Amino acid sequence: MPSLKDLRNRISSVQSTQKITQAMKMVAASKLRRAQEQVEASRPYAERMDRILSSLSASLGTQESAPRLLVGTGTDAVHLVVIATAERGLCGAFNSSIARAARLHIRELTSQGKTVKVLCVGKKGRDILRREFGGLMLDTVDLGGVRRLSFSDAALISERIIGLYNDEEFDVCTIFFNTFKSVMSQDVTERQLVPAAIRVVDGESGEETDSIIPEFEPDEIEILETLVPRNLAVQVYRALLENAASEQGARMTAMDNATRNAGDMIDGLRLNYNRSRQAVITNELIEIISGAEAL
Amino acid sequence: MNKVHFELVSPESLLVSEEVDMVVVPGTEGDFGVLVGHAPVMTSVRPGVLEIHNENTNTKRLFVSGGVCEVTSERCTVLAEESIDVEELDRVNLEERLQNAREDIEDSKNESERHRAEVSVQLFEEMLRAAN
Repeated sequence: MPSLKDLRNRISSVQSTQKITQAMKMVAASKLRRAQEQVEASRPYAERMDRILSSLSASLGTQESAPRLLVGTGTDAVHLVVIATAERGLCGAFNSSIARAARLHIRELTSQGKTVKVLCVGKKGRDILRREFGGLMLDTVDLGGVRRLSFSDAALISERIIGLYNDEEFDVCTIFFNTFKSVMSQDVTERQLVPAAIRVVDGESGEETDSIIPEFEPDEIEILETLVPRNLAVQVYRALLENAASEQGARMTAMDNATRNAGDMIDGLRLNYNRSRQAVITNELIEIISGAEAL
Repeated sequence: MNKVHFELVSPESLLVSEEVDMVVVPGTEGDFGVLVGHAPVMTSVRPGVLEIHNENTNTKRLFVSGGVCEVTSERCTVLAEESIDVEELDRVNLEERLQNAREDIEDSKNESERHRAEVSVQLFEEMLRAAN
């Protein structure tokens, strides 16, 4: 039976925890809004990039000389898995769900006899997966100091990937991240980066203007060669932005739950506290009355 | 309608989207002007100055750091990583950065580092030229 003082202490400690989780929820909500705006702002570029790329590859047909980043090396013996997670915890199942999907993927690949290499973006993914796949990890990109994700951060990562590809370190590259669906739900997404998966516009869905084949300057191959690495950077950038928005969404939900749980706990403790306080008073009264009667 | 719909897009936002009379784009094979009814062209863009001409207002000059440009008969879309108004370029600051980049070439240890430094030297040289 805890004493009255113990109960009081516990109540106040739970109360201060509740204050913290509530504040974290507020912070996450405002960061989420900013992250969503960024996702929104990055959309036009990606859409136009898609359009240009698809019309390029449509006019290119199946030429042999297309850049290797687009067509691949012809094998898929070595896989590079990029795992994008958060830098911080306290955001529900956000990090662990990415890690779980990535783990499944890596296990499947290794059971097929493929070599797997791992590049982590964000500290949490590395921490979770280090024990199992520590030997496969090439490196971790730390975004801890980054307050507002900019395109150059993504460009650096994609440069690393391209560098590795040119050194023939891998054949296929996939990235794992969370797509933001709503505050309540985030979907783990796996997207292939290399060889670039480009949706070719079909005759029926394509606009009329796409049927006119434009002139290319210098020529298709050279434009593709500058465009494909850019496209990779854009894909990474989008993945990171989606991830950032999802992280804040997940944190908001998690902190909301934590605040509610703390409230429930305070209610329970307070009931307990009042009960034992009354018991003490009743006890004292009984003592006084029975003392008076004995006289 | 005899105006071109011009769009300048960076990965971080849609920078310009308006109807203009003419744009001059610094293509890799040389600058070219786009008026309405231009033949469809797709070209890469080198670092340089992009000019937006409008009949009534002053010519707007923007520095772009390279990218791609897609032209159709009524539309001109430029995808650029970075863009900055020429008016905002700061000569002193640029000279300093150019100097730094040149030193980077000297200090570079491997091929890719050297390449990156050379690219940035080129970029800053173009910026300086635009600022003058």
